[in-house]
Amino acid sequence: MRLEYPKNIKIIRVPCTGKVDVMHLLRSIQKGADGVYVVGCLEGNCHYNEGNLRARERVNHVRSLLEEVGLEGDRVRMYNLSSGEGPTFAAYAREMTENILALGPNPLKKWVTRP
Amino acid sequence: MIVAKRKPFEEIKGLIKGYNKVLNVGCGTCVAVCLAGGEKEVAVLNAELDMARKLEESPIEVGALTVERQCDREYLEPLDAIVNDYEAILSMACGAGIQFVAERFPQTPVFPAVDTTFIGVNQGVGWYEERCRSCSSCVLGMTGGICPVTMCAKGLYNGPCGGTNKGNCEISKDQPCAWYLIYERLEKQGRLDSIMAFTPASKWENQVPRTVIQPGYEKSKADATP
Repeated sequence: MRLEYPKNIKIIRVPCTGKVDVMHLLRSIQKGADGVYVVGCLEGNCHYNEGNLRARERVNHVRSLLEEVGLEGDRVRMYNLSSGEGPTFAAYAREMTENILALGPNPLKKWVTRP
Repeated sequence: MIVAKRKPFEEIKGLIKGYNKVLNVGCGTCVAVCLAGGEKEVAVLNAELDMARKLEESPIEVGALTVERQCDREYLEPLDAIVNDYEAILSMACGAGIQFVAERFPQTPVFPAVDTTFIGVNQGVGWYEERCRSCSSCVLGMTGGICPVTMCAKGLYNGPCGGTNKGNCEISKDQPCAWYLIYERLEKQGRLDSIMAFTPASKWENQVPRTVIQPGYEKSKADATP
């Protein structure tokens, strides 16, 4: 399909979104990422029954943790699509990028020291 | 197990306001099982504190150490070597663990990061319900294994009261009447005579701090008493 999506997105593959932990999301923001989004299978279609539902609960938890800390919860989102929906994947990537551009850079970035 | 809830973040942040180097000590037993104060919860809280303090332009260094049990001296030993590197300690253990840490390091301020809530059971992942008030005079043998002190709103030993209403308690239609449940279970077991036995009032020993010395272990207390 040779679809284009924003180049600033780094994809981290996991066997199932159920593998994504609260700390993975939290640490990404702590280490200066402007936003993180989890893309899982459609609800009801999880091969492990409820991996994507657990991921959504964790994403919502992280959103509330970020609000507690003083950051925008919307820096973390969950999206669902099926593996055959390439155009939707690209559309979600653009949507998330626009969302983050509107929020501006992560204010924690200045504290991040890179080796 | 002892079930705890993490304190609201703002409260924890307020407790350690003004300290710039804090050690967060997790507990690997009850509070780890109930997902309130184990190794992972220490990591989450530390990440939150780190981010919040950086946003306030007042960064904090938060150390992390999760011990097997904070209510046991032998597991507190590893803290001895590092405690002086910190200005204060946050403890994610139950109230007993927090006090034992504070007792061991009387020079160091120790702050609670969780609210110890009850002795309960695990109904599902992350779902816990109270079952015991540790009243020190267990009547479960007479009540079909249902605790009236915990499950009855009035903690009645000889119930039900006049507020029982078609199986529910007068305080809420969602709250089952403990004595109704006790009656049903004893009836199924053919032990209804048990409900007729009069249980004298509790000595309410739980009004003062209690000590338990198991049979055969009297020596340790005797040795420690001057």
